Amino acid sequence: MLNIHNLQAGIEGRKILKGINLEIKAGEVHAIMGPNGSGKSTLASVLAGKQIYEVTDGSVDFLGKNLLELSPEARAAEGLFLAFQYPIEIPGLSTTNFVKTAINEVRKYRGQEPLDAVSFLKMMKQKMALMNIDQSLLSRPLNEGFSGGEKKRNEIFQMAMLEPKLAILDETDSGLDIDAIRIVSNGVNKLRNKDNAVLVVTHYQRLLDYIVPDFVHVLYNGRIVKSGTKELALELEERGYDFIKHEVSVEEEV
Amino acid sequence: MPTETFKREKKDSLNEISTIEKTVLSDYKYGFVTDIESDEAPVGINEDIVRFISAKKNEPEWMLDWRLKAYRQWCKMSGDEPKWANLKYPPINYQDIIYYSAPKQKIKPNNLDEIDPELRKTFEKLGISLNEQKRLTGVAVDAVIDSISIGTSFKEQLAELGIIFCSMSEAIQEHPDLVRKYLSTVVPVTDNYFAALNAAVFSDGSFCYIPKGVRCPMELSTYFRINAENTGQFERTLIVADEGSYVSYLEGCTAPMRDENQLHAAVVELIAMENAEIKYSTVQNWYPGDKNGVGGIYNFVTKRGICQGANSKISWTQVETGSAITWKYPSVILKGDNSVGEFYSVAVTNNYQQADTGTKMQHLGKNTKSRIVSKGISAGFSNNSYRGLVHVSRKANNARNFSQCDSLLLGDKCGAHTFPYIEVRNKSALVEHEATTSKIGEDQIFYCNQRGIDTETAVALIVNGFAKEVMNQLPMEFAVEAQKLLAISLEGSVG
Repeated sequence: MLNIHNLQAGIEGRKILKGINLEIKAGEVHAIMGPNGSGKSTLASVLAGKQIYEVTDGSVDFLGKNLLELSPEARAAEGLFLAFQYPIEIPGLSTTNFVKTAINEVRKYRGQEPLDAVSFLKMMKQKMALMNIDQSLLSRPLNEGFSGGEKKRNEIFQMAMLEPKLAILDETDSGLDIDAIRIVSNGVNKLRNKDNAVLVVTHYQRLLDYIVPDFVHVLYNGRIVKSGTKELALELEERGYDFIKHEVSVEEEV
Repeated sequence: MPTETFKREKKDSLNEISTIEKTVLSDYKYGFVTDIESDEAPVGINEDIVRFISAKKNEPEWMLDWRLKAYRQWCKMSGDEPKWANLKYPPINYQDIIYYSAPKQKIKPNNLDEIDPELRKTFEKLGISLNEQKRLTGVAVDAVIDSISIGTSFKEQLAELGIIFCSMSEAIQEHPDLVRKYLSTVVPVTDNYFAALNAAVFSDGSFCYIPKGVRCPMELSTYFRINAENTGQFERTLIVADEGSYVSYLEGCTAPMRDENQLHAAVVELIAMENAEIKYSTVQNWYPGDKNGVGGIYNFVTKRGICQGANSKISWTQVETGSAITWKYPSVILKGDNSVGEFYSVAVTNNYQQADTGTKMQHLGKNTKSRIVSKGISAGFSNNSYRGLVHVSRKANNARNFSQCDSLLLGDKCGAHTFPYIEVRNKSALVEHEATTSKIGEDQIFYCNQRGIDTETAVALIVNGFAKEVMNQLPMEFAVEAQKLLAISLEGSVG
């Protein structure tokens, strides 16, 4: 589904990603972990197409298309979803109106007719029940005055509505208490199936207790320096990132 | 499609223009000219021109005297053109303007079916059908082109309720007593430079009288269109809502694209008697000039209402997207006890447009309330100023005012300014003022992009969200139109 080859990117001439290689297949959950400043959020942003980052080398294939050649909205329409670490506020615009616009724009891209009001409401009701989210939250202006937990739940609700092929969760656990993490994770798990994939970007292992990954990758200094199964996450939790830093520096000396 | 989008982005980065800036570059959709012969006054202004206009309209002597008085007053005011607004423009040469221009119609239409097909087509192109069967139900229209009204729909149906809705010229002929009684009682001839000029040379506009206890069953609206070259449009509107009546009124305006600036100086007067309510909505979309600030309408307008009787209410709602220069302060004199004044405004400036707009709320009666909600949106190289005065007089016990002025900036080359003045002479007054300034961020745009929404649509969503509180005040049919207009005003050449 997603094939990243030697991806290099940076901002204002400063290199952040120094050659990322990663393959994600349908039905899989991958986790990217790493210390602060290792490039985790940059990777998520580059995949979504944030323009302040400049891609200097490498390629990304997404469902047979050259992802890097697509505009951010085309990437979304092709089925890529980013759950933001810091969801953005838009005063005066309700989540409902926002999501309806998004769905219809995506449908337009795919050459489909816009969803009529009845079908949209039916779909929304169904996803609201699935995500255990309240109508009142969706009528409020998008993310404005939302608590940390509400913002993240709203992200996952949008994901449920847009039904992406690949969902990237950027530090979705940051700023959440344990109950909120459980609610958000349950939402993500309900959306998993054999045709879609999830890329979880996180600093802490605790989220992976709820969204259990098939593969764990450690990102350090712009490269994936170690890959493994979910046990790797537990090892990191126990030993901290220092042992990785140590291993890398030993390797570099060799 | 994907590859095209990519090419576009590449080009953007080459041009070093941010996506937001690209998005706000707009195209004006109403810039066409109707090719129709017109009957014009000679260029310039003097007493003979005033007499010419009055004679053209076959006015009674009292009207001519009134005009001449205004003209002489205006001459005395020369040099008194207001300079205090936050606007920059070269001096206007008042002798270069044609003060009267009427499209020549072969016959004088007796009813709407006889209107010159060219003119009918003009209004149809603007989305205004003068054909009553095709009109939105519940909206009566008075169509004004350059200096004259060419037709008013639903007149007979309204007359059955005693409602008078016609052009000002017709009102002077048919209802002289009413006109004489109320004309210039709210905006005196000497009120200001532009009001005096208007009184001297105004050529048409709408007149509306709602009798006691009548709730006007449909929206009344006037559509103003400037067509001829080098002309100014000076219309005058007067609305009187007698005791216990209600009316909702809407005006819209457009003009062709021309390289020279054209002057528009209107006066609107509203009078609400005891327990009466007037709701006045404006969607102003005069030609704003091109991307380099060439051309466009100079819009100097005096709008004022008086809550004459107790428990009366006047509400102004305006969506201002056009004009090169906007100078406009729809105000309410709260004379009756318990009267209410409201001002809801969205002003959009783009490219090199300048707007200095706001309101005056003058609290004279007891327990009077006013509410001001102003939303300024600036883009391009434009400047957008809110200017407001809340005045509470000595006898206005328990006056209340709430003002909220929000500014939204698109890009970093535009300006937003707020000039709120508060004068309180009574200790029991409660006056609140809130103001915010925000910027459409690349982050907001990217968030929308990531959900599949392109930048143009994203800007429209954000702007409409920002303006929502004001848009909600518009009558339903027009709210949708106004939303589209906001999007168009900020629409880019992208895509």
